[in-house]
Amino acid sequence: MQPEQTETANESGYLISLRNVTKRFPGVLALDNCQLDLLPGEVHALMGENGAGKSTLMKILSGVYQKDEGSIFVDGKEVDIDGPRAAQELGIGIIHQELNLMNHLSAAQNIFIGREPRGRFGMFLDEEALNRQTAEIFGRMRLKLDPRTQVGELTVAKQQMVEIAKALSFNSRVLIMDEPTAALNNAEIDELFRIIRDLQAQGVGIVYISHKMDELRRISNRVTVMRDGKYIATVPTEETPIDTIISMMVGRQLDGARPVIANAGDNKIVLEVKGLSRGHAIRDVSFQLRKGEILGFAGLMGAGRTEVARAIFGADPLDAGEIFIHGGKAVIKSPSDAVAHGIGYLSEDRKHFGLATGLDVKANVVMSSMNRFLKQGFFLDQAAICNTAQDYVRRLAIKTPSIDQPARLLSGGNQQKIVIAKWLLRDCDILFFDEPTRGIDIGAKSEIYKLLNALAEQGKAIVMISSELPEVLRMSHRVLVMCEGRITGELSAAEASQEKIMQLATQRPSAVAAATTTH
Amino acid sequence: MATTPNPQANLTMTSTPVSDAGAGSLRARLFHPSTRQKLLAFASLLALMVFFSVANDNFLQVDNLVSILQSTAVNGVLAIACTFVIITAGIDLSVGTMMTFCSVMAGVFLTYWGLPIYFGIFAAIFFGALCGWTSGMLIAKLKVPPFIATLGMMMLLKGLSLVISGTKPIYFNDTPSFPQISQESLIGDLIPALPIPNAVLILFLVAIAAGVILNKTVFGRYTFALGSNEEALRLSGVKVDFWKVTVYTVSGAICGIAGLLIASRLNSAQPALGQGYELDAIAAVVIGGTSLSGGTGTILGTIIGAFIMSVLINGLRIMSVAQEWQTVVTGVIIILAVYMDILRRRRQ
Repeated sequence: MQPEQTETANESGYLISLRNVTKRFPGVLALDNCQLDLLPGEVHALMGENGAGKSTLMKILSGVYQKDEGSIFVDGKEVDIDGPRAAQELGIGIIHQELNLMNHLSAAQNIFIGREPRGRFGMFLDEEALNRQTAEIFGRMRLKLDPRTQVGELTVAKQQMVEIAKALSFNSRVLIMDEPTAALNNAEIDELFRIIRDLQAQGVGIVYISHKMDELRRISNRVTVMRDGKYIATVPTEETPIDTIISMMVGRQLDGARPVIANAGDNKIVLEVKGLSRGHAIRDVSFQLRKGEILGFAGLMGAGRTEVARAIFGADPLDAGEIFIHGGKAVIKSPSDAVAHGIGYLSEDRKHFGLATGLDVKANVVMSSMNRFLKQGFFLDQAAICNTAQDYVRRLAIKTPSIDQPARLLSGGNQQKIVIAKWLLRDCDILFFDEPTRGIDIGAKSEIYKLLNALAEQGKAIVMISSELPEVLRMSHRVLVMCEGRITGELSAAEASQEKIMQLATQRPSAVAAATTTH
Repeated sequence: MATTPNPQANLTMTSTPVSDAGAGSLRARLFHPSTRQKLLAFASLLALMVFFSVANDNFLQVDNLVSILQSTAVNGVLAIACTFVIITAGIDLSVGTMMTFCSVMAGVFLTYWGLPIYFGIFAAIFFGALCGWTSGMLIAKLKVPPFIATLGMMMLLKGLSLVISGTKPIYFNDTPSFPQISQESLIGDLIPALPIPNAVLILFLVAIAAGVILNKTVFGRYTFALGSNEEALRLSGVKVDFWKVTVYTVSGAICGIAGLLIASRLNSAQPALGQGYELDAIAAVVIGGTSLSGGTGTILGTIIGAFIMSVLINGLRIMSVAQEWQTVVTGVIIILAVYMDILRRRRQ
């Protein structure tokens, strides 16, 4: 299982070299002559819009897919990676974007899956050795974690650490991380970066896929940009302005100007929430939302923002609190009550809660307004459905070959637009956007932003939950910051800054109380 | 419930390093969800037994208790076979007719061909493994969904049993020792006060072996891993297809043992028997706290589940509840058991 140690110096000094790698999927040229060189001890960022081919290239390097053409060199020697195991044996570890762990198994069992230390007869497991070896790896990572903890009980951040530990347990010299910070809060990101720097110091080469520009500055040495399955360029991070990287990614210059935010302060109050509480997740939350306003909800992961949205939407029961819509008290016991009051909720997890991915675009658009498209009160009026779907595809500029395209084949940005269309069609005037641009590439992000602004101008009231501070700052008229279920502060667009938000987001007046009451 | 670590609370605390140490401590293990499920199932079994012994004096008679044990043996062994498959998030609808097919094959070897008894035992287990292997290949290699593949196997094996036996029972009159497999009592020979039939002994031996295999061996680890996240297992370089086929093969071999037990008890291979047993077995597994969505499950739970079912049937019969009502009550119990499990999960 140990990676083969090559004593011979290789002239290039590269740990990994990918040369002219090409991969075809039925009907698509996913990779077209791609290159990548990785030095020992380097953090090499791999950038590109969604669909640029980053993940495909990394899946080839880690043996999940096989290349059609081109060559892979490890330590200057050409190798054939025909499966995940071959990659592991070459010392190439990958941490997938969707964490690939077995929730029912312990951390140690996950890390050594497929290579369990064996006891008697080579058939029985040596659980003690398993836990000891895992503890050693955690020790090396300076990670406090019991190897016997069930992975399903860990936070996403800790699960990620388990994945990293797993990769390290192969004595990996190459570690591929696919958007490792997508679900982490700032403290967890710091912890991850500490571990990355430790690994760097040990000579591990790291390929780092991310959409977050600020992270690249912090962590990476070089950046390779890909676009539409093609290799564009490799540049040193230090000397390259972010705008240059972005323009390489999108193939055009982004308009730098922020969209002008219309003043919404004088509009009437559409939604008012008083004293909302639910267990430890939501504690005495009160706020107002005005017509035409975009209200940003900032905070760390798990601060209770999604919980508030879900509670108002009737998806979770409340312990206490009142909700007023257009000044009248509203009783919302289920999402259908909320929808009847004109509230729409766009989940952070589109694939699970927002879309029927197997159905086509038109079916998704009319999904929650089906009873408006009935003939004789029973049969679906296909013609009307098509017209409406066409109309929304045009109005929201949804990029799809046709309205009969299954939703799962569209990009993240266009899927998000379908969800938006669904709620607009439902005449919702209060919209909760939960992480509206998660997993959406940069080009599509600015389109979603434009759409949000346009909706606000039309008089919709919008709550935008986002973990990306630049996004909150760019979009919000007002920012509410939450921490541990409480609203810890309100900032106007003018006074909001990353520093102020982070300060409020980490204000933990209840930290001591929480520790004593949760058990 | 208040003692369990609340994952939600944990999530909000992640900005400070939370030490997860102590998760393996006795207290944590005792209150671990899977342990609590077992305790709950065990408590239900005890409650049932207390209820029936109060309700009717005959319940606690040794003869009756032995008959409960005896009647649990076949369903218990089948349920163990199902447990393996269900932990992988699969399902096996063919265990009942597979059991019958195995007993018919034992009959073919012993009665038709007049071979020594060991050949009959071998035949039952071998053909069980072969049937399981076939299902496994259909599922792992041809990607036929487990429900369909085993539904097909169920009907196929039912038909084959009838064809091979000419739709008539095969009696083991030439091998007088065959019925002893199930009916004699080795324990009773040693300790006359405990006339526990061999079938029960075999059930417990199979259970212990299955428990050890599931918890202590590589194969067991992969069984859980398959049900928890098959893709993750594949990406870890484990030969997923091979292990999946092995799970079904092992499960089939255990069905072969059940086939021996039932044939030995009836002193005949009854080719028309078998359909319906798979549902009893699945019910026992589910009552025992194994999730149909895979990844979790215990043999102990399954055994308790099987006993809950037979105690229920036995107790109701002693109380002279009509058979059709016994079935109704069993149905209600299954739904209740699973609903309680769902409630418990939701509260976490």
